[in-house]
Amino acid sequence: MARRVAVVVFPGTNCELDVARAISSLGAHTESVFHLEDSLGSAEAVIIPGGFAHGDYLRTGALAQFSPIMESVSAFAAAGGPVLGICNGFQILTETGLLPGALQKNAGLKFLCASVGLSVASNRSVLTRTTTVGDQLQIPINHFEGNYICDRETLAQMKANDQIVLRYTDNPNGSLDDIAGVSNEAGNVVGLMPHPERASAEILGSVDGLVLLESFLAPL
Amino acid sequence: MKFLARVEVGHQAGILDPQGATVQRALPALGYENISEVKIGKSIRLVIEANSESDAREQIEKMCEHLLTNPVIETYEISLVELTGDAAENSAGE
Repeated sequence: MARRVAVVVFPGTNCELDVARAISSLGAHTESVFHLEDSLGSAEAVIIPGGFAHGDYLRTGALAQFSPIMESVSAFAAAGGPVLGICNGFQILTETGLLPGALQKNAGLKFLCASVGLSVASNRSVLTRTTTVGDQLQIPINHFEGNYICDRETLAQMKANDQIVLRYTDNPNGSLDDIAGVSNEAGNVVGLMPHPERASAEILGSVDGLVLLESFLAPL
Repeated sequence: MKFLARVEVGHQAGILDPQGATVQRALPALGYENISEVKIGKSIRLVIEANSESDAREQIEKMCEHLLTNPVIETYEISLVELTGDAAENSAGE
């Protein structure tokens, strides 16, 4: 199991403590890494949590790609290290080019905060490799820009490579093909709009997020 | 040379523009039944010093590809006006 998990913190990130708590509850150690740092240290896995990195100025996730730490994150990802982007972290990974596609405003033009149903679409990714395709999960979303989009060729490519990781069972935001989470071609970089850390204890109403986080920490 | 550049950021074909669509649906309520294709984008204005207009344009295109726009969902159109005299001094392009 990955025992040391780096949680990247930008100005405006606000889910880092929730993520750290959920990860700790699974027995791993987390370390916050501020965006101005240029090293991930001895981390065995990296999480980019949700929030509003750099105030979401220009576009959500757009400015984070220029933070010094992202060079290390890109190198870590290229070397096959597990990288997870949650919500704003997903937006950052698409803007950085580590994941295909983009997240645009929800089709209904409303900020959405709700528990949604998800279906595991691929268990080839680090986030789902201990699950079974078709597994149903209940995990909250909390976003304005979660409407996944990519061009036709990219979608066809992602389908061919089995890169669509999670789908909404009842599409809340207009996402193309009901996409809630995707991976890179290798499957070691995953982004999703739902917040697994917010479904990590009974008192939160669901522990389904732990299934995903456990998979993420599982040995490669 | 100094230029005032305007970058009009729009949506790629096939990308939903929910804001534009919502405004389009609202306009008939004001009595305007003659409206179609409402698009809402972004306008970015900046002052750039460059050796020539084509040099300025080339630099701004790079900015658009790497930061100002997301080519997956957005398009851009650059227009440049050379600033001379007082306008160049003040740089604000007002």
